[in-house]
Amino acid sequence: MPSNQDAPLKTYLDHLARGELAYQFSPQAGRAVFYPRMLCPFTGSDRLEWRISKGLGTVYATTVVHPTEGKPFNVALIDCDEGFRMMSRVEDIAPEQVRIGQRVRFRVHQPGGEEPPQPVFVLVEGT
Amino acid sequence: MDALKRGSAAIVGVAESDLGQVAEGMSVFDLMAQGAKRALDDCGLSLKDVDGLFSATTQSRLSVLGLAEYLGINPAFLGSTIVGGSSFEYHVAHAMGAVALGLCNVALIAYGSTQRSVGRKQASMREVNPYETPFKPFMPSSAYALAASRHMHEFGTTREQLAAVAVAAREWALLNPAAWEKKPLTLEGVLSSRMVSYPFTVRDCCLVTDGGGAIVVTSAEHARSLRKPPAYVLGCGQSVTHANISSMPDLTVTGALAAGKAAYAMAKLGSTEVDVVELYDAFTINTILFLEDLGFCKKGEGGAFVSGGRIGPNGSLPVNTNGGGLSYCHPGMYGLFILIEAVRQLRGEGGARQVKNCEVALAHGNGGVLSSQATVILGTQATL
Repeated sequence: MPSNQDAPLKTYLDHLARGELAYQFSPQAGRAVFYPRMLCPFTGSDRLEWRISKGLGTVYATTVVHPTEGKPFNVALIDCDEGFRMMSRVEDIAPEQVRIGQRVRFRVHQPGGEEPPQPVFVLVEGT
Repeated sequence: MDALKRGSAAIVGVAESDLGQVAEGMSVFDLMAQGAKRALDDCGLSLKDVDGLFSATTQSRLSVLGLAEYLGINPAFLGSTIVGGSSFEYHVAHAMGAVALGLCNVALIAYGSTQRSVGRKQASMREVNPYETPFKPFMPSSAYALAASRHMHEFGTTREQLAAVAVAAREWALLNPAAWEKKPLTLEGVLSSRMVSYPFTVRDCCLVTDGGGAIVVTSAEHARSLRKPPAYVLGCGQSVTHANISSMPDLTVTGALAAGKAAYAMAKLGSTEVDVVELYDAFTINTILFLEDLGFCKKGEGGAFVSGGRIGPNGSLPVNTNGGGLSYCHPGMYGLFILIEAVRQLRGEGGARQVKNCEVALAHGNGGVLSSQATVILGTQATL
């Protein structure tokens, strides 16, 4: 009996636990694929290679969520330099200071408990 | 794809169920049944005529089965496509196809929600997306807020322009006795309200109400023998660009562009021939995006377009004449209500909010987080 494949999410989270932001690359499409999956959404091919992002990106869109309880916080879409987009947040600055076009760098946030690590971003210094 | 024939089917009966805050203990099927009876009465048909049944709701997994059981009918054709608020625009296209193929003759499309009564969390299943949920976006508001942030960045759209959409909706709502909101709203009132997800205050966001309704679709031939003037289906178009906001290709361009293009092509007309526009305004940015993508103004100019009362009761383009999801009602999936209002406008049943010389109506549904877009263009006998 052939062994079953790992879930794309598991591979992604395993990388994240090692401090790496992993994404997939579709050789046929010649472009990045995110979120990780079994088939390339551009070609339908199941040939997808795992790659590690350099962790640099640009804020594509941003909002400040105002919860009914607790402090406002940032939610952003980040365009990573390798050509994929992901939801995340920009940390270490006030949420309303996050601007579209800002250059950001990936880091891992450990929420603790049973929760998996999260990819978050901080401003690239000097930009 | 040109399988559907312009004007071959019509919406002949429309009705809302109770709206707003419904009586304690009401179920989604109670509301669907109430809407069904009223919509069938509207066109002079009865349940025994119904051989096609469509429904969608977040509060029942197998809603069309529950509805068939409740109504005591065994329809030959069932449809339960669920693509969020745009489901009912899909149902119209599917009903039209089923009628053309002879799979059914009279299709009833029903909706019900008790989300205000039971709470939004009870009304829809919580879904976890491991790539979005950890960041705690307040969904769906934050997804639309992200789209608004991008529109503001690229085109200089302002919060005041977004607020103008809410003000216009409120002005229309004040002319609609069925509307939830009864008090005037100003730009300042929108801007100074409680912030939800920047740039949206609670007044940039749709209402959370109960409600339901039904519409009846049949062949054009059958339609002509019924009680009310038919609203002929001239064009339909659908487009899906994504499901989750982080996968939307361009946050400033929606699938309404493709959906509208298909609907206009089928209807053999363009945006300048549309007399009344009913858009799915879950958030103020929606109206701006859809006016652009459906060709009522150029991309990026939507903010300026909606300003100065242009889309309000005294403006040059009547948009969301019932008061919209922002001020009339928004029971979870609002798409059925824009069809109801479009038909009423074509019939001249709009009362104080009636648009003059209304021959062509465009109804545009939105589902998910700008994910699914579906356009239905309706016309009077004169447009055939």
